[in-house]
Amino acid sequence: MKRRAFLEASAAAAATGSVACRRRRRGLPFDGELIGPNMELGHAMRDLQLPSASTFEPVDVVIIGAGIAGLSAAWRLAGQGFKNFVVLELEEVAGGTARAGRNHVGAFPWGAHYIPAPSRDNPALVRLFQECGLLESNLPGAEPVVKEQFLVRAPEERIFAYGQWWEGLYLRAGASVDDEVQHARFFEEVNRLASWRDARGRRAFAIPRAKCSDDPEMQSLDRQTFMEWLQRRKFTSQRLYWMLDYSCRDDYGSTLETTSAWAGLFYYCARKQLRKDGDAKAALLEDSHPLVAWPEGNGFMVEHLGKACEGRLRTGHAVTTIRRPTEGVLHVHAFDVKTKAAVGFQARKVIFAGPLHVANHVIPSLWEARPEGLNDFIHSPWLVANLTLRQRPDEPGFPLAWDNVLRDSPSLGYVVASHQAMKDHGPAVFTYYYPFPDADVRASRAQLMAMDWKACAQLVVDDLKKAHPDIERCIARLDVMRWGHAMVRPKPGFCWGVALQQAREPVHGIHFAHTDLSGLALFEEAQDHGLRAAEEVLASLGYAAASWR
Amino acid sequence: MSDDMREAGLEAGAVAEAVPQVPALQAPLLFLSVLLIASCGLIYELVAGTLASYLLGDSVLQFSTVIGVYLSAMGLGSWLSRYVQKGLAHRFVHIELAVALLGGLSAPVLFLAFAKTQAFRPVLYTLVGGIGTLVGLEIPLLMRILRQQVAFKDLVAGVLTLDYIGALFASLLFPLFLMPRLGLVRTSLVFGLVNALVGLWSTKLLRPLLGGVFLLRVKCLVVIALLAAGVAGAGRFTLLAEEEIFQDEIVFSKTSAYQRIVLTHGRGSFQLFLNGSLQFSSADEYRYHEALVHPAFAALEAKGLKAKRVLVCGGGDGLAVREILKHPGVQEVVLVDLDPAMTEMATKQPLLAELNRHALQDGRVKVLNMDAMVALGDMAPSLRFDIAIVDFPDPHSYSVGKLYTTRFYRLLKEHLNPEGFASVQSTSPLMARRSFWCIAATMEAAGFAVRPYNLAVPSFGVWGFSLASPAPFAVPARTLPDLRHLTDETMQSMFAFPKDMDRVPSEVNRLDNQVLVHLYSTEWKRWS
Ligand SMILES: Cc1cc2nc3c(=O)[nH]c(=O)nc-3n(C[C@H](O)[C@H](O)[C@H](O)COP(=O)(O)OP(=O)(O)OC[C@H]3O[C@@H](n4cnc5c(N)ncnc54)[C@H](O)[C@@H]3O)c2cc1C
Repeated sequence: MKRRAFLEASAAAAATGSVACRRRRRGLPFDGELIGPNMELGHAMRDLQLPSASTFEPVDVVIIGAGIAGLSAAWRLAGQGFKNFVVLELEEVAGGTARAGRNHVGAFPWGAHYIPAPSRDNPALVRLFQECGLLESNLPGAEPVVKEQFLVRAPEERIFAYGQWWEGLYLRAGASVDDEVQHARFFEEVNRLASWRDARGRRAFAIPRAKCSDDPEMQSLDRQTFMEWLQRRKFTSQRLYWMLDYSCRDDYGSTLETTSAWAGLFYYCARKQLRKDGDAKAALLEDSHPLVAWPEGNGFMVEHLGKACEGRLRTGHAVTTIRRPTEGVLHVHAFDVKTKAAVGFQARKVIFAGPLHVANHVIPSLWEARPEGLNDFIHSPWLVANLTLRQRPDEPGFPLAWDNVLRDSPSLGYVVASHQAMKDHGPAVFTYYYPFPDADVRASRAQLMAMDWKACAQLVVDDLKKAHPDIERCIARLDVMRWGHAMVRPKPGFCWGVALQQAREPVHGIHFAHTDLSGLALFEEAQDHGLRAAEEVLASLGYAAASWR
Repeated sequence: MSDDMREAGLEAGAVAEAVPQVPALQAPLLFLSVLLIASCGLIYELVAGTLASYLLGDSVLQFSTVIGVYLSAMGLGSWLSRYVQKGLAHRFVHIELAVALLGGLSAPVLFLAFAKTQAFRPVLYTLVGGIGTLVGLEIPLLMRILRQQVAFKDLVAGVLTLDYIGALFASLLFPLFLMPRLGLVRTSLVFGLVNALVGLWSTKLLRPLLGGVFLLRVKCLVVIALLAAGVAGAGRFTLLAEEEIFQDEIVFSKTSAYQRIVLTHGRGSFQLFLNGSLQFSSADEYRYHEALVHPAFAALEAKGLKAKRVLVCGGGDGLAVREILKHPGVQEVVLVDLDPAMTEMATKQPLLAELNRHALQDGRVKVLNMDAMVALGDMAPSLRFDIAIVDFPDPHSYSVGKLYTTRFYRLLKEHLNPEGFASVQSTSPLMARRSFWCIAATMEAAGFAVRPYNLAVPSFGVWGFSLASPAPFAVPARTLPDLRHLTDETMQSMFAFPKDMDRVPSEVNRLDNQVLVHLYSTEWKRWS
C-alpha cells in the first residue's frame, strides 16, 4: 500500500501500468453497448448522400434540434400561445447532450447532470424552476429557494488520493501552509471579480453570460490562458493548479493551458451568490449557489420542456439542408430515419438549435455570409459511461458521495445517479465522465471514435480500479456514449471574439440558438439562446411579446 | 526516498560499506519476498482498520486513523533504516520475525484488548505504529542488500512494481476471500506465518551474507510453531473473543446486506446488537418501548381521537409494534424497516418473537422492507396515519442521518393526519445534548410542534424522544393502565429536562448539509 513516503511516483505509474496491461488481454465479465449519437447519419449528412424533399408541409416556424436550446425555444413559443411550429430532432430521443437513460435500477444522465440553483438575476430559469415545482419560495426581492429534495444532498463530493477517499474536492490532506495560503488568495481574487461592477452596474461574470459586462479590462482576461493568468499572479501551488485544471476539464473538457482565463474564472465567479447586490463584504461570506440535480440529470428538464412541444416534436428527423427558394420562404429538407424518406417543410422562420459545426453542413448559404467565422468553433470530445452496479464496491475512507473524483486520473471520476433518488444501499448507477482536453481535438476525436465497446469499457474499469479494486465484480452492465463534439471549447480569444458575435446574428430568416454561441456549454446558456431566438422570431412575425430573459 | 538514493549514490564505491561484496544472491527470489511482504503489510493494516470499525463503529474515523498512523509509522521506519549500518541481512531476518509476531498476533491481541481491558485504543495504535515502523524498515533494507546485484534503476523499478502488485493482490484478496472465508483472526495469523516463512527462507537466500544461521533458523521455527498453533486454535478463539466482547453467549448471528446482527443470551436476559452496538436488552427494553410508543397515543386520546392507522419506521425488532397493538382501536400498522433479515428474525427467532409477542405476525401488521425515505417518498399522498413511531439507529452515518432531516420530517408530516402525532427516538440528551436538540430544531423547521421528553433506560443511560404534531398540543396526562414503567405521573415527569440536558440552540439538519452526522460523531467521541 502507498509507500509514497519513499517511493518514486514514476516508478509507481510504471508498476500499476503493467498490472493494467496484463488484465487487458482478458475478457470482461459484464455486458453493455455503445449508445449513439447517430454518427453514420451525421457522416452521411456531411457527405451530402441523403435525398432531398420534393413536397413541403407548410408551418410558420421550424426548430431544428431538440436539445435544451431547441426545447427552450419551443417552450417560449408555446408560452406565447404560438403553436404553429415543429421541432425536428435527428436522434430517436430528445435532449441532445442533456438526454437521459433509464433501466431497472433507475434513471441516469448521458451528459449534463446538474444546474446551479438560479439567481433572481436570471428570471427565465427562475420561471422554469417555478413551473417545475422545484421552488420552496420565490419572494420578490429575495433569492428563490429550491426545495431541499432537489438540492444535491450531502455528502456532495469526495476525492480519492493516497489510497483512500477524502471529503471535498480540494485535497486538504497533505497540503502545505503555502498551498492553503494560495488557495485562500485565489478565492479572494474570485470574490473581488465576483463583486466587480462596471459603470452601468453590470457584473463581470453573470449567468447567462449575455448579462456580463463587456468592459475592456474584463475582456482582456479572455486573451490569455488560465495558466498564464495564474502564473502572472504568482500562483504556484500544484494543488491549486490541480483543482482549477479539474474544473476546466469538468466544465469545458479543456485544460488550464487550453482554456481562456475569462472562461476559467467564469466557472467560479458567475456562481457566487451575493446577499445584496454590490455588497462586497457579503460576497465574502456567501457561498456558491447550491447545485440542483436529479437522478436523470438535466433529462428532468428535457422531460418538462418537451411537454411544450405537445406532438410537434418529430424525433428521428435529421435536417439535411435549408434553402431559400424565394425571399421570405425557407425550405427545410429532412431525412426520416425510420421510413428512410425525405420530408420537407416550408417555413417562414427557422430556429437552428443544433451545434454550430452542423450548421456548416446544412446551411449552404451560411458559407457565403461568414466564410471564415465558423471554423473557429472547436469541440472537445467526451466519453461518458453508465455503470449499472449490482452492489456498491467496498472501500476505505470517506463514504460514497454524489460526485466522486480520482486525483490521479485523466477522468473526472463518477457521479452516483442513484444518490438523488435517496438510495444508499444495493444496486446503483454510476455515471463516469472522461473528457479529451488535448489541444488537437481532431486527433482526440479520431482516437475516441476508433475505440470499440470493449476498449471503452476497459478504459473505464482500469481507471476505476485505482479506487475500487473490486469494481469489476460489482458491474452488471456498462454502457458507453462517445460524444465526438461534446462541448464547445472556450479557448483564449474565443468567448469575446468576433466569430462568436457574428454567429449569433440571424441569416435570411434563420435564427441561431445553441449553447455553442456562448462559447460555454451550460444549461443556462442553451436556455438563454433558445429564448432569445424564439423572441427574435416572435418579434419578426409581429407578436408583441415581453421578454422572459 | 531521496535520502536513500543519495546514500546509495555516495556509498556506491565507498570503502566503509557495511555489506560485504558477495557474489550471486538469488535476486529474483528476493524480489518474490518483496511481493509477499508487501501483501502482508497491507493485510495487517486492513485487519486493524476492519477490526476497529467492527468493534468501535464509525468506520470512516477508524480507517482514517489506522491508515494515518500506519503510513506515518512506515515513514518513521524508512527513516530509521539509515541507522542500520551493519549486518543488514541479519537484521532483515529479525525484522521479518518481529513483523510476523506483531502482525500475526494483531487480531487476537486486539480482540482480547477490547474484551479484557479499557485500553483498546492505545493497544490498537501502538500495534499499528509498531507494525508500520517495521514494515517501513523492510523495503529499504532489502533494497540495500539487493543493490549489490542489481542496477539501481532496475532495482527501484523491480521493487516498486512488486510492492504495488503485492498491495493490489492483498487488497483484492482481503474482501473477496480472506474476510469471508478465514475471518479476521485467522487472516492475521496466516499472514504472520507468511512473514515468518519469508524470514526462514531468507536465511537460505541471504546465506552468503549471514554468518551462522543455526540460531536464526531456530528462532524462525519457534515463531512459525507459535503462529501455526494459533491458526489451529483460531476457531475456538474467535467464538471466545466475540463472547468476551458481547459478555454473553451468542444465540443468533447473521451478516445481512446491511449490518451484522448478533443476539446474545445470559443472566436471565438477552440483547440485540447491530454492528456491535446494543439495540436493546430484554431486561429493560420495556422502559424504552413504552416511552417510545404510549405518549403519542396518550396525546391523541387527549384530543378525543383514537388511533386507527399507525406507521412505524425502523423498529424491525417488533417491540414497538407490540406496544402499539396494546391499543385496541388500532386497525392497521405499517412497519418500514430496511433490513429483511431483521424483520425475519423478529418473526422467526423464538426468543425475540416471544419478546415481541409475535407482533409481526398479527394480521393488522404489514411489513415493508425499504429505506424509509424512499418508502415515504413513494407512498400515495392520500395515505395518512394517525400516529407515526420513528425508531432509527442514531445518526452515525450519512445514510441514517438523512432520516433526521427536514426533508424526512416534511415527508412524515405529509403522511400524518393534521391532528396526528409522531414520536421520534432522538439519541441521548445527556451524552449528545446538541444532537438531541438539533433533532427537535429540525422537526420544528419542518413545521412540527415538538415536545421532547426523556427517561432512564439502564442499558443505554438517559435517553430522549421527541413528541411532535402538526398542531400545537399539551403534555399528555393519561396513559394505558397496565404498563410496566409508565403511569400517568411518570409520563408527565418525562417532559421535564434537568439543567444539564436542557435546550441548546442548534442548526437545522438538512439533506444538503447533514450537520447532525458531524455533531453526533463529535459528541459521542467524548464517551467512547
Ligand atoms: C458530457 C457532458 C456533460 C455536461 N454536463 C453539464 C452539466 O452538468 N450542466 C450543464 O449545465 N451543462 C452540461 N453540459 C453542457 C450541455 O451541453 C448544455 O447544458 C446543454 O444541454 C446544451 O444544449 P443545446 O441545446 O445547446 O445543445 P445540444 O445538447 O447539442 O442539442 C442539439 C440537438 O440538436 C440535434 N441535432 C444536431 N444536428 C441535427 C440535425 N441535422 N437535424 C436535427 N437535429 C439535429 C442534436 O441531436 C441535439 O439533440 C454537459 C455536456 C456534456 C457533453
